[in-house]
Amino acid sequence: MNTPFTRVMFSIIRKDLLAELRSRELVGTMLMFALLSVLIFSFALELDRVARQEAISGVLWVTIIFGSILGLNRSMGMERDNGNMDAMLLAPISRPAIFAGKFLGNLLFTLVVGLLLLPLTTILYNISVISGWMLVILGLGIFGFCVTGTLIATMTVQTRAREALLPIALLPVALPLLLAAVKATTAILNNVPFADWGTWAQILLVIDVVYLVVCVLAFEYVIED
Amino acid sequence: MSAVQGLPVYQPQEAGAGESRTRLLQGYSVATLLLLTLSLGLMLAYAGQDVQQGEVQRLFYVHIASFFGAFFSFGAAVLAGIQYLRTRAARWDTLALAGIEVGLLLAFINLATGSIWARPIWNTWWTWDPRLTSAAVMFLTYVAYLMLRNGIDNPERRRLFASIYGILAFGTVVFTLVIIRIRPDTIHPTVIATQLSTSGSEAEGAFEMSSRMTQTLLFTLAVWIFFVTPALMWWRIRLENAAERLHRLKAQYLEE
Amino acid sequence: MSDTRPIIEIDRLVKTFGFLPVLRQVSLSIPRGQFVALLGANGSGKSTLLRLIAGLIKPGEGEIRVGGWLIPAEAAAVRPQIGMVSHKALLYDNLTARENLRFYARLYNLPADQAEARIQELLQQVGLWKRGESLVRTFSRGMQQRLSIARALLHNPHVLLFDEPHTGLDQEAGAALDALLQSAHAAGHTIIMTTHELDRAARLAERAIIIHRGKVAYDAATTPALPVLYREITGTAPTP
Repeated sequence: MNTPFTRVMFSIIRKDLLAELRSRELVGTMLMFALLSVLIFSFALELDRVARQEAISGVLWVTIIFGSILGLNRSMGMERDNGNMDAMLLAPISRPAIFAGKFLGNLLFTLVVGLLLLPLTTILYNISVISGWMLVILGLGIFGFCVTGTLIATMTVQTRAREALLPIALLPVALPLLLAAVKATTAILNNVPFADWGTWAQILLVIDVVYLVVCVLAFEYVIED
Repeated sequence: MSAVQGLPVYQPQEAGAGESRTRLLQGYSVATLLLLTLSLGLMLAYAGQDVQQGEVQRLFYVHIASFFGAFFSFGAAVLAGIQYLRTRAARWDTLALAGIEVGLLLAFINLATGSIWARPIWNTWWTWDPRLTSAAVMFLTYVAYLMLRNGIDNPERRRLFASIYGILAFGTVVFTLVIIRIRPDTIHPTVIATQLSTSGSEAEGAFEMSSRMTQTLLFTLAVWIFFVTPALMWWRIRLENAAERLHRLKAQYLEE
Repeated sequence: MSDTRPIIEIDRLVKTFGFLPVLRQVSLSIPRGQFVALLGANGSGKSTLLRLIAGLIKPGEGEIRVGGWLIPAEAAAVRPQIGMVSHKALLYDNLTARENLRFYARLYNLPADQAEARIQELLQQVGLWKRGESLVRTFSRGMQQRLSIARALLHNPHVLLFDEPHTGLDQEAGAALDALLQSAHAAGHTIIMTTHELDRAARLAERAIIIHRGKVAYDAATTPALPVLYREITGTAPTP
């Protein structure tokens, strides 16, 4: 599979990975933030065992979301600061391929943080949060969040307020995702049978697909000047 | 006045066509005010008092009508946004902006009346119920829309990004509508189409509608959807056009 | 496509930002292989003109053709023929010089083996062959600018657009850049460069175009008297 589309997409992912391996700016800050966030929540909520069971999925998702906002700002800012987005637009490449490349890069970084967060929470909160379904829901939630995040961050890095505007513009749009993800996660942690919470996974999947289509279509508009 | 090349020049003859449009709008606004007064009259005098909830139940008509007014003006912003992306004509963006600002006002009326109603019925101004939370988030999403607009200096980019965000933001409106279906634990009553809803068991403050109440509701809905919302949007569009004209004249003046 | 046809044809081009007119009815024709200096004050519209030619922004009214292709509708056909250097580096700080070039080579679909040879050749040409494995963020402004030129030349485009390439360069780096520009010109590239430095423009370019208040105010061969002419036309000395 080596079409012009995949060539550009993989070049962008490779470039982002390489830059990340060099600097560890993105995953490093996201992970540090995630660790601090989980710790601060555990102090702030002074969780006892029962309360933990209830609150843990919320803590998990809020941490992932704010962590990924840090990463998204960095990832899209990198393309704007030195004018690299212009350089990409000058090249004879398809615009959706740029979106695909940036999106998959962001997805990868956020997934790494999400996956590292699971054992971390398991240790700190003394509740096992690692299971097959958990990974599925984590993947679905992060997928949708990174799709909208990549689109909206592309817009907000071009505004005056820049970094500050991303959470404000992104969080409300991502709310349906967050709700479904938290509901499903809570159900998994409480060992509820799949039949009782499967709807949430389906809703998550539907939202992912809808957002993916909308964002791919809209991306072309947000990178033109 | 020498025309600046490449600059749309203010045409004085616009004023002639504008005058008849102004009269139309004035007539429409008067009709809106009359109908609104009539709907308030129905609400207060015709619909009758609810046995359990008393006078405060009368707020319900405005509460529902303002939500649907907001729904239609946010919906208009989506259509206008799509049209803007296709045609790049600034007037579509003006329509979208008008839709969202009017929608925000109506959504605020919706939240405020709900809150006043909830005080005696639920014994609290506000509760973190899924329905209420999603309605509040919907409101905030459109505030974020205005903030995004304000943050962009280049007018073309501003229109472009605003159109896209206006389309995305409608997701929260849909979410507010469907949340009763997917979150049956809401305490928010569903008075309309109760038979479709899976909730109701946990709803606190539901009531039976008499036929007079239904008539009042339908009338109020029609007034808000077909008169109040379009009239407000129309005025808002005129205001925006006047501001644009002012900017254009200013730019022309500075050029000369 | 015959070689006698101008490579760039601009017809009554209009661009406004909101109500602010930036370009008003600019018409230009640039033959192949010419080195054009685009002059004008800040906000005169010269950078906008360059970005319009590059297809990065859309024209309001009028037509731009590069190599006969309409911009931006048929831009895909000419993109391989355009290279741009701006006052921003258009490079990734956290990649090495070679990795930056490799990334852009892939975007322009150069075959891997050819790309390596080309990268080596260009690094030598811009005097950075020893620094190929260094991160771009460790480079001085002058080195970044030279690498940026290598990036623009990578796919061997015919048209080179330079937007204030001398900004932030010291004398030595500026002279090195001049030499690169001259060799690119000698190699037959069409070059359009915006600049504030009139002496430099007079020395390097064949033709000078002064954009004043969104219009072409002067368009002729460069002469050493360019600074005087510039002052007469715009009423000001150029701001560096």
